[in-house]
Amino acid sequence: MIKRPFLGWFVSPAGLVALGLTAAMAAVFQFSLRVYIPGSLDVGGFTLQNFAAMLRPLYALAFWNTILLCFETAASTLILAYPLAYALVRTRSSAVRSFILIAAVTPLFLGEVVRTYSWMIVLGNNGFLNTLLVKLGFVERPVQMMFTAGGVIAALVHVTMPIMVIMLAAGLSHIDRNCEKAAESLGAGPIRVFLTITLPLSMPGIVAGFSTAFAWTFSAFATPQLIGGGRVSTVSTLIYQLGFSSFNFPFAASLSIIGLALSLAVIALLKQATRPLERLASAT
Amino acid sequence: MKRSPANMALRWSGRILVAAILLFVLLPGIVVAITAFNDRAILAFPPQAWSLRWFWRAFSYSDFGRGFWNGLTVTLWASSIALVVGAAFAIAIHRYNFVLKSLLEGILLSPLIIPHYTIGLGVLILASQAGAGRGFPLVILTHVLLVLPFVMRSTFISLENLDGRLELAASSLGARPGRILLTVTIPLLLPGLLSGWLFAAILSFNEFTATLFVSSQATQTLPVAMYNYVREFADPTLAALSVIYIAVTALLLSLANAFLGLGKILNVDAH
Repeated sequence: MIKRPFLGWFVSPAGLVALGLTAAMAAVFQFSLRVYIPGSLDVGGFTLQNFAAMLRPLYALAFWNTILLCFETAASTLILAYPLAYALVRTRSSAVRSFILIAAVTPLFLGEVVRTYSWMIVLGNNGFLNTLLVKLGFVERPVQMMFTAGGVIAALVHVTMPIMVIMLAAGLSHIDRNCEKAAESLGAGPIRVFLTITLPLSMPGIVAGFSTAFAWTFSAFATPQLIGGGRVSTVSTLIYQLGFSSFNFPFAASLSIIGLALSLAVIALLKQATRPLERLASAT
Repeated sequence: MKRSPANMALRWSGRILVAAILLFVLLPGIVVAITAFNDRAILAFPPQAWSLRWFWRAFSYSDFGRGFWNGLTVTLWASSIALVVGAAFAIAIHRYNFVLKSLLEGILLSPLIIPHYTIGLGVLILASQAGAGRGFPLVILTHVLLVLPFVMRSTFISLENLDGRLELAASSLGARPGRILLTVTIPLLLPGLLSGWLFAAILSFNEFTATLFVSSQATQTLPVAMYNYVREFADPTLAALSVIYIAVTALLLSLANAFLGLGKILNVDAH
């Protein structure tokens, strides 16, 4: 006999929430197929016009820019987060561990606005970096860093760093150290051990971290909006602009749908492309 | 590991690399902290004179005060609802098989990858079609959707570590399912539930993008008020507020680390 006490009580609230979420997603989908009536919040009949309009260079370019931005951000984050995660998992000093953990994780809880604002002070024309560069004599006049893609990426890397560190560290902490010791005892040097054992074995963490960083960057709004200042347009800033400046919710909805589909497709492709490596990691 | 010069060099360059990356992580916080005490009203670096006036302005600016209380209301409701709903569902997933189990789980975890603006837009459209206003329930609902995956994950980790024999023992001694749940399961899960709640509360309090879509002037939370402030003013008030924010968050996390073990919650402890 299968006893499942309280099953209904446990599942039905979650079911209600799931229903709400599904309804919200269905609403976006439904709106994406509606005609926009300028100056009104009501929408007209069904149409595919919104999706056709996305082929216009302005919007196609925004999609392309966003995907490029996401790749650059995720790749830079991975390169910077890996040593940190490695040190976090492998250090023998518990003080160092706690310090890295708090330093790396605190930004995760600060929210996009605080972090973006702090980068505005770092990157501004009178900001920290420019003052430093001018004082040290590297440049004569402040370098424009605000309102550039590079500035947006620097801030986004900072935003996605904590989650990448967490996911890489989770992956690294599950590696059986005996594999490394075996390689060492067979005469492999530390670099060789890292490249042939540790790195491949940490692949699941890398894939998880990279995809999450990609998805987060894709959905980032405050950073491209404030640091990009309208000169770096991404899918998220376009959607907000369409929704709240021109109240074109149908078009905003269709952009969201395509954006969601694109980011899911990229993540699925990433998983597919790295599957051989993951299989290698799980085989050990 | 052998202590050859090459290995030592490798080790030290690794340490320097890690220190440099930590500097990158900490730099904005340090710069903000210095700016917050700048006496001048423009964002310039380094400050010429020092003052605490931006802290007073941060406290006295009414939008921030209102945003703080709005945010607290939303956060307490959303994380508590998410805790009850998410923990119960995590227990059900962990123990039972039922119809649509993986579908339901997939839907509830999907906010981890669906952009927040899509969820915000969806809830907004749904509300406008249902004729509901942009009140607190709407913001709370949005936040529940967004933080639920984190509560589920945290409960799930605790369930994996729970010794099932304790429940069996209670059952064999004649305790009924309700009593086992209240006196054995929930007390044992408490650290996980608490950390899940804390996690959810911090995330909800800081949520910005979806909130921007679903909140109105009357229900705007602190991050939304801060965003509106940056767009209008360029003085260090926000730096002062950020410093308070960073200090409180770091304090909460240090407490969580000391009492609950942050590494365990985040699943990064070595095994």
